[in-house]
Amino acid sequence: MAERSFAAEVQTLRLGDGDEFRGEGILAITKALLQSGVAYVGGYQGAPISHLMDVLADARPILEELGVHFESSASEATAAAMLAASVHYPMRGAVTFKSTVGTNVASDALANLASSGVEGGTLIIVGEDYGEGSSIMQERSHAFAMKSQIWLLDPRPNLSKIVECVEKGFELSEASNTPVMIEVRIRTCHLHGSFATKANRRPAYDMKMAANEPRRDSRRIVLPPASYQHEKEKIEKRWPAAVKFVQEHSLNEMFGGDVGEIGVIVQGGLYNTAMRALETLGLADAFGKARVPVYVLNVTYPLIDDEVVRFAAGKKAVLIVEEGQPEFIEQAIGTILRRADMQTRIHGKDMLPMAGEYTGSVMRDGFTKFVCAYCPELVPDAGKPAAGDNRLKTALARIDGQVHGRPPSFCTGCPERPLFTAMKLVERDLGQHHVSSDIGCHLFAILPPFNIGSATMGYGLGGAAASAWNGQGALKPDRRVVSVMGDGGFWHNGLTSSIGNAVFNRSDNVFIVVDNGYSAATGGQDIPSSQHSNDIRSTGNAIEKAVRGIGVGWARTVNPTYDLKRMMATLREALTTREAGPKVIVAQSECMLNRQRREKPLREQAIRAGKRMVRERFGVDADTCTGDRSCIRLSGCPSLTIAPHPDPLRKDPVTKVIDSCVGCGLCGEVAHAAVLCPSFYRASIVSNPTYWDRFKAQATAAIIGWLQRRRPVPA
Amino acid sequence: MSAGKVIRIAILAMGGEGGGVLADWIVDLAEHNGYVAQLTSVPGVAQRTGATIYYLELFPESAIESGQAPVLALMPVPGDVDLVVASELMEAGRAIQRGIVTPDRTTLIASTGRVFAMSEKVPTSDARVDADALLQGCELAAKRFVGMDMARIASSSGSVISAAMFGAVAGADVLPFGRALFEATIERGGIGVAASKRAFSAAFAEATGDRAPPGPPSHPARSGGGPFAEIQAQLPGPVLEIVAVAVPRLVDYQDAGYARLYLDRILQTVGIDQRHGDGMFRLTAETARHLALGMAYEDAVRVADLKTRAARFARVASEVGVRDGQILQIAEFMHPRLQEIAECLPGTLGRFLLRNPLARRLVEALTTKGRIVRTTSLPGFLLLYALAGLKRFRRSSLRYAETQASLEAWLERLAGAARTDYALALEIAECRNLVKGYGDTHARGLASYDAILSSIERIRPAGTRATAVAALRQAALADDSGASLSAAIRKLSGTETVAT
Repeated sequence: MAERSFAAEVQTLRLGDGDEFRGEGILAITKALLQSGVAYVGGYQGAPISHLMDVLADARPILEELGVHFESSASEATAAAMLAASVHYPMRGAVTFKSTVGTNVASDALANLASSGVEGGTLIIVGEDYGEGSSIMQERSHAFAMKSQIWLLDPRPNLSKIVECVEKGFELSEASNTPVMIEVRIRTCHLHGSFATKANRRPAYDMKMAANEPRRDSRRIVLPPASYQHEKEKIEKRWPAAVKFVQEHSLNEMFGGDVGEIGVIVQGGLYNTAMRALETLGLADAFGKARVPVYVLNVTYPLIDDEVVRFAAGKKAVLIVEEGQPEFIEQAIGTILRRADMQTRIHGKDMLPMAGEYTGSVMRDGFTKFVCAYCPELVPDAGKPAAGDNRLKTALARIDGQVHGRPPSFCTGCPERPLFTAMKLVERDLGQHHVSSDIGCHLFAILPPFNIGSATMGYGLGGAAASAWNGQGALKPDRRVVSVMGDGGFWHNGLTSSIGNAVFNRSDNVFIVVDNGYSAATGGQDIPSSQHSNDIRSTGNAIEKAVRGIGVGWARTVNPTYDLKRMMATLREALTTREAGPKVIVAQSECMLNRQRREKPLREQAIRAGKRMVRERFGVDADTCTGDRSCIRLSGCPSLTIAPHPDPLRKDPVTKVIDSCVGCGLCGEVAHAAVLCPSFYRASIVSNPTYWDRFKAQATAAIIGWLQRRRPVPA
Repeated sequence: MSAGKVIRIAILAMGGEGGGVLADWIVDLAEHNGYVAQLTSVPGVAQRTGATIYYLELFPESAIESGQAPVLALMPVPGDVDLVVASELMEAGRAIQRGIVTPDRTTLIASTGRVFAMSEKVPTSDARVDADALLQGCELAAKRFVGMDMARIASSSGSVISAAMFGAVAGADVLPFGRALFEATIERGGIGVAASKRAFSAAFAEATGDRAPPGPPSHPARSGGGPFAEIQAQLPGPVLEIVAVAVPRLVDYQDAGYARLYLDRILQTVGIDQRHGDGMFRLTAETARHLALGMAYEDAVRVADLKTRAARFARVASEVGVRDGQILQIAEFMHPRLQEIAECLPGTLGRFLLRNPLARRLVEALTTKGRIVRTTSLPGFLLLYALAGLKRFRRSSLRYAETQASLEAWLERLAGAARTDYALALEIAECRNLVKGYGDTHARGLASYDAILSSIERIRPAGTRATAVAALRQAALADDSGASLSAAIRKLSGTETVAT
């Protein structure tokens, strides 16, 4: 069950010819796939396209009606390999994943696919996770497109344009026998807008037809001598075909302007921000009518030489707005103009930053420099301070140092927290260990308050990243190395690359797999070890069984993780046991976010129905809390916070549990295990108590009240 | 704001605060009332406690000619935002730092409540940022600033902060839509309508100035009434404020005689302050505070007493929100160890227990596990109630003797220092703040305190002692392993060697 349900929104996918769609970018992309007659779709979740996977999963009935197969792939490599179905058959297929990390994983299959070439249109929708909110290394998908010769579309962030690019993308792919990549940025995925829809199309050719009439053509298989032929074909046939298609269908756009001496060449995805930056300089109106000519690259690879030359002709200079690095487009345009012997000057990374996101203000600064250099009369206000500038400066000086970052951390009641609390407490006795981390929620442990974890090398590679310490005999480390990986990473790649490798190389180290039942960090999608049943997927495949199957002898599942004592004892044993071979601990408790999402409505319903329900939450007695905050340093739960001390004699803030507490019990366990102050209490609130509950409570309260009145307390 | 103009809005909210709900409401409101709306965000799927920025642009349909379509931006551009809504005060500060709040254009609507950042919660000392500075920053940076504690409004309305933010936006009259249109939007949403409208109305009222936002809660100023009024009357103002709280606390803690002992100690410090101070009585005020806290130390007896009081039961009930017809059960997490048990025993017995290996092992075996005591059940209550009754024997306990000796030594140390170095005396007074907590925390704090006090003599030249002690105190609070303090003290010895 995913974090967000699109059950209601997916109904818009049924809209027909001439209807108006209103909604988010990810839904528009899905609608475009259906309008294009796609036959199969796959993918792997990850921001910014996690929700695209969720939309597709929630749209299953609609996809089935149309005869479209959708599956949640085991990894991006699996998804990309799925596109093999379009090599021999005229079937349209699409896959989606996060980039560049997902593209890294997929690149083996993508390179083979691109070499083989395709018969049916294939689309790779990559969520370009670059700039603000990104959780990965800052790189460009552009390089993958260039190295494998996959065409790269970067549509203007406008739902009509995106839908058009999906439709044209399939056609381009078929016209040039080449897979096409569409790059969507994070804000585009969540863009709310509208477009005019067309009716959905059933696939003209589907997998049943293909399976019943298998075809093969050895010239399409990557094996010599065909592979040599593929490279030639890419250059001699596929590329020219693509260029012809892009030109004939005007996929790129040129918008005129009255200032003919200069021009702007912009990646499609950056168009809206660029126009806003021009608007704030008075060089464009709100409808995209700019005074400076603009050439919008909705196709960023390949570049269309003729178009570039035509746009640059007669201009003193062009500014290339290209986000990220290296500046592939700028270099390519340089070559194109040089070959054409044109004297138009090229600006780009000399006026805009080489690295980092191109926000509105970054572009405004770049445009100002560019226009000032050639047509200063167009921006007479450049360099003048904005109205109220001094007030703003004073405000900034006043709040300087008062705004702290909010690094990500575990959710309230997260079952992963006790694992790291246990690691911290065991560390007190056994000393610090090198900890190798993976990708997923558990990675938040590298930040305060836990500060645990030293490296992350990729999804499912946490254990693999500890391989240097797999040495045996004299090379065996005196202190075992610990690696942590989530269940998502485990099934993605970790079972073989991390655990299998450790078994094979006779590692003696400790491997922790966090088993919270979901691919939690990407939004709670199901995975093979999810606990509950799923109508269309196989769940309930235990991680401990899998690691034993691959040859692990020492494996323990700790459930619930909130049992801090047991967690500490298991860790201690794993770190000290004489048993040889990798030690695997499966820390198993359901992701609290998902659990609450599942249980809260049921609980509320039961209370409304008059059923006896008990809610637990924790609290801190301010009059015994001295504000030392050891408890926070061992937990970091968002519901465990601070407040001004009610005691006027104390200046330091008091610890406080706020009402978002879900009563996971860790605070109490920590108070006991670390011998903290006796301030923590657990409150159990009984709704709809039984007669016996009430009788017992009243009788007890009567006696307690009498005793309390015997010891008067000053007001 | 007049109709027919493009409106650009940024919303900053943290995970779970309903920033997305608010954004969707505004889109729905605009689309139902003649505007084209575009919304986008960078949601914190994996970053649940960071702030998400939702950016909206509303474009009047009346201003669009046929065949035209406005190009709407995907992120706020500094100097180009009409309305910024922040769910929390530090996030409002972040909006200012990002440049999206500008004095010529932006209305800033922010909740003045705080959700503390990890960096404010984790340190052992008080690391909260200056909320007043943030408020002043908001006033300065925005064309108009509307601030109110929306978290409080939400919780008192049984709703969520997004509904309060929506009410504040309506009340601030920055969008070209009347109140009824806002409320119709909430109704169309159809979820938790009644509660949302309550929060909406309350925030609307505050934004329109119907109710002045309450200032920070202040402790009622107390004069020297109550026990020993005549002695208290002799005390200077700044000291009296503290003593007036401390005296009843100590009467409650032990008895009138104990409070009298406190006053006698304070009177001595007043004398010292009169001779060596600057008339502000800073030393006595600080001493009065720490002495009261030190004398009302939390032993097991005190904890049991506080946990079993009727007022405490009532406070817990209100804090956890128990409603009529519900039953509250309270369970305490306690972990008494050998040390805490020995401390409550009479001096000789306590020392015997700590020193005799056999007795030690026996008690330790019984106290390896933490205990959960159910105070709302009879057995649990009676256990703590009986423990609290041991108060009458407190004066003969080991802990009492140790604490009084430590406090006396501290007072002597202060008095001695004040004669030559008033600033140092102030710092020594402040060092007592390190001694707090229970169990390991208390032991660690006491060790830090002892370490600092015993190294003062080594600080040379003597004139730098006050500053050096302040630095050592900071080092003691820098971590909970004592590593920083040890390093600082080692460095002290190093400097000394070099100096001599």
